[in-house]
Amino acid sequence: MLRLANPNRFMQWSAKLLPGCAIGTAMLLGLGTWLALFVSPADYQQGDAVRIMYVHVPAAWMASFVYAIMALASAVALIWRHPLADIAAQQSAPLGAGFTLLCLVSGSLWGEPMWGTWWVWDARLTSVLVLFFLYLGYIALINAFDDPSRGARAGAILALVGVVNLPIIKFSVDWWNTLHQPASVFRLGTPTIAASMLWPLLIMALGFTLFFVTLLLLRMRSALMAARLRALRLQESQAA
Amino acid sequence: MEAVDQFFAMGGYARFVWPAFGVAVVVMGGLLAESLLTYRKRQRELKSAEGRRR
Repeated sequence: MLRLANPNRFMQWSAKLLPGCAIGTAMLLGLGTWLALFVSPADYQQGDAVRIMYVHVPAAWMASFVYAIMALASAVALIWRHPLADIAAQQSAPLGAGFTLLCLVSGSLWGEPMWGTWWVWDARLTSVLVLFFLYLGYIALINAFDDPSRGARAGAILALVGVVNLPIIKFSVDWWNTLHQPASVFRLGTPTIAASMLWPLLIMALGFTLFFVTLLLLRMRSALMAARLRALRLQESQAA
Repeated sequence: MEAVDQFFAMGGYARFVWPAFGVAVVVMGGLLAESLLTYRKRQRELKSAEGRRR
């Protein structure tokens, strides 16, 4: 594990893994979209508006999942000072922010026809909005220092403090009254969603996950190349 | 043609369903494009920097 996290080793194995990840992502997202739009049935109450679920729910899962990854990488970076962990956390943030934005906008587009409102300030919606601002705050913070290592450290601490928001998001639908429905897939007992909708949803979610993995690897490679570039330029300026 | 029209009408929810999928394409496509462009740029820069060293 530690040897795979060596930057040179990372460049080697990520180059081998990337094409497969990219092809897998394209196939899963293609299949998922086809199932979502053509195969899965309309809901008996919601009609075709239920198809928004296949965008909204995977985006919502990814919004929290990516934050958990970012916080985990931040913890590793703070404790073991591993340079690759900082890079992983920093490159996760824009992806997580994108998924959170997608979750909020698609949720709004689902809320208007189903609840009769684009937005309510209830616990679930507000806590996801806070998550979006946590991502933005993290990105602003890591870029706010002249010394990148100080920015990384401050960002890692913010990411860890923000973890408290994740259980609030998850359990907000149980703890407070809300328009948002409670969990229907990740719950004790069997899912309360029909198999004809669950399968397209899971395939879409897997596609979103692999999309994140592919882009994270790509972005981490870019960041490592940038670091190598900085080192080369420093050598050049010292030699001159 | 009627089946196609019916599909795009999304049971009357077209103006909510299509924007939702559209935003997904814009956000995820945007992230993909930005990541790929940065990657290509870094590759070019690194190549020319390493070329200068030799």
